[in-house]
Amino acid sequence: MMVQRNFMSVSFAALSQNEAFARVAVAAFISQLDITMDELEEIKTVISEAVTNAIIHGYDENPEGVVQISVRIQEDSIDLIVEDNGRGIENVEQAMQPLYTTKPELERSGMGFTIMENFMDSLEVATVVGKGTTVRLTKRLAFANALQN
Amino acid sequence: MSLRVAMETRQDVLVIRLQGELDHHTAEELRKKADDLLRTSTIRHIVLSLADLTFMDSSGIGVILGRYKQISARSGEMYVCSINPTIYRIFEMSGLFKVIKFRENEADALHVLGVA
Repeated sequence: MMVQRNFMSVSFAALSQNEAFARVAVAAFISQLDITMDELEEIKTVISEAVTNAIIHGYDENPEGVVQISVRIQEDSIDLIVEDNGRGIENVEQAMQPLYTTKPELERSGMGFTIMENFMDSLEVATVVGKGTTVRLTKRLAFANALQN
Repeated sequence: MSLRVAMETRQDVLVIRLQGELDHHTAEELRKKADDLLRTSTIRHIVLSLADLTFMDSSGIGVILGRYKQISARSGEMYVCSINPTIYRIFEMSGLFKVIKFRENEADALHVLGVA
């Protein structure tokens, strides 16, 4: 099957009700691909994690903040980019530790990055304190793996 | 798309049935509804019935663990049942099954707790 390269981008206010919007928008865009239900659910989950991080940690739930999502469809993979212009992460290594959270009082589980790592093939975090954070996630698709074999 | 929280008490067991999507936005509703009941009643155990939960992320883990801590302090137990495969993996990854017991369905969980 030939995959047409494609791209979309969307920005929205850092409001928690937009977490569901972000998942649905990304799911709708990638549904043009021949992906499995599991892949779709995994992608929705990681989008939710990254967007929630931007809203809670990047912007401290300030609705003036803007979150941007870009999705790029490549021949054999999907690239997801979630960006904010919020406070940035002081210690990325620590933030990525399972169960580590700076907001235990909000009952945050500290599992966001762990889930992103588990559900995707690669995860890169670029962050500047006071400027914002960009999370780039890539998933290689099962049908692409099947074509190679 | 949102979350519907239905609750039923059977003796000292609180059954929480979730329908829809549990994320950061909807977690607050579950937290508030569960805590209102946990504050006022003699609940010791919780059964989380997730047959109609179509989505959950790590915000769900946080709110579930928060309720677990409360009933654990009363020497109660938490059971979870009817989980979809993606949510099951999130439970597994987070180590939730170390403290929360899994049963195939609600009837099984209620039976174990003696309130079937």
